[in-house]
Amino acid sequence: MNHLWGDALSGFWSAWIIVITLGTIAISAWVLFANRRTDKTVDAEGNVETTGHAADDIEEYDNPLPRWWFQLYVGTVIFALGYLVLYPGLGNFAGLLGWTQEGQWEAEVARAEERYAPIFEQYQQVPIPELARDGEAMDVAERLFLNNCAVCHGANAQGGYGFPNLTDDAWLYGGTPEAIVATLTNGRNGLMPAWQQLGEDNIENLTQYVLSLSGQASDAQRAEQGAAVFASVCAACHTPAGTGNQALGAPNLTDDAWLYRQPGQPLEASIRQTLRNGRNGHMPAQAAYIGEDKVHLVAAYVYGLSRRD
Amino acid sequence: MRHEIVEKNVGLLAVLVLVVISFGGLAEVVPLFFQKQTTEPVEGLEPLSPLELAGRDIYRREGCVGCHSQMIRPFRAETERYGHYSVAGESVYEHNFLWGSKRTGPDLARVGGRYSDDWHRAHLYNPRDVVPESIMPAYPWLFENVLDGGVVEDRMRAMRTLGVPYTDEQIAGAREAVHGEREITALVAYLQQLGTVLKDAR
Repeated sequence: MNHLWGDALSGFWSAWIIVITLGTIAISAWVLFANRRTDKTVDAEGNVETTGHAADDIEEYDNPLPRWWFQLYVGTVIFALGYLVLYPGLGNFAGLLGWTQEGQWEAEVARAEERYAPIFEQYQQVPIPELARDGEAMDVAERLFLNNCAVCHGANAQGGYGFPNLTDDAWLYGGTPEAIVATLTNGRNGLMPAWQQLGEDNIENLTQYVLSLSGQASDAQRAEQGAAVFASVCAACHTPAGTGNQALGAPNLTDDAWLYRQPGQPLEASIRQTLRNGRNGHMPAQAAYIGEDKVHLVAAYVYGLSRRD
Repeated sequence: MRHEIVEKNVGLLAVLVLVVISFGGLAEVVPLFFQKQTTEPVEGLEPLSPLELAGRDIYRREGCVGCHSQMIRPFRAETERYGHYSVAGESVYEHNFLWGSKRTGPDLARVGGRYSDDWHRAHLYNPRDVVPESIMPAYPWLFENVLDGGVVEDRMRAMRTLGVPYTDEQIAGAREAVHGEREITALVAYLQQLGTVLKDAR
């Protein structure tokens, strides 16, 4: 990625930087030595010479600079020159140590890779159901989960309004190790179309029918009318029995897990909203962020969440 | 004593002080204006769309930069969490820079695509709904305010004078692209493109 760090300076600008930098140091040193008094002459009455400045009869002594201060000043000049010899600072001169910001980062990453890669590689060899029972591996996985997944699914993995609960047995896209790895690797895009065009009456009927599917209190007459609409419109994805289809991510409507159940509202209000406006759940692909090894590990963690005995 | 002249003429003193302190900038800043690394966009960088530009204005108005940086430094701890370190070529169309200098919240330089649109909307409406321990303020008015698109064309023209390559067609259609959209839509559009040009370069 060298092009990101940029090109060499042109000769002019390289010289520009070198001249200004060294010139500034030289002038600083000159100012010190040109103005320094080294001797201290005391006259017969013990008075020290003054600079001749006087303000309201207060005069300024012309003593030499304190030795410690003078040496500190010289020290900064020497430090600056030493730094410029060792590190990049003078235009295109890279410094004797060859240090670069990018190189330091790469070395840091390589060191970490050397130390951690074998650990993740080892986990990669273990099948997910077995890995989910490895306490140490799950400690690592939990940290990865908290850093990458908890923002949406919650620190307790119980999800929220629009974000799936990972601790129950309801799986939108399947809870097998392969399905979880696929979800993590490629992400998921849920799509429930809006059904506003069915009309408010049908939406109400469907709402009552959907409520009845999971045994919630519902209007029996409307639910019966909704059943016919469901069979023609919804069954394609949710199946005629309403048990859902994991290949499409169509939720099971007969259980008590609700992805879109707005807190503080009756369930039927959320169902109505889903029918009217549709839903677009989106889980971003994680492989690009955490890599395949860690996907495997996090998949084991998620696999274990709903299988805690 | 010649320095008495300097000490007793405040105007001259000020000028000489400015000359002295300008050396740092002359050596460290000026050459950057002539270096490809800082003046040429990284491959694939496009100017913000009108909606994203409107979102950027909201980002500035709400002071997001006060708590969120957009600058991933080349340290492993940062690149592990946020992705590839930021490079100068990503910011050539940025006027003004929103790099920030304080992280009360996380860095946002590569937040684009990290979370779903729905998540951003829920989070901006009330951060505690999705992140219970968050101390970020809620921005519910973004869901009510509607953009009329009145200034976006002027904004794009202003950006063009600063070197952002907007075409006449892009500017002509800008008002319509933004008009009637909610502020939240614009802000989420802006957030979702952040850092996506270099996304896969890890």
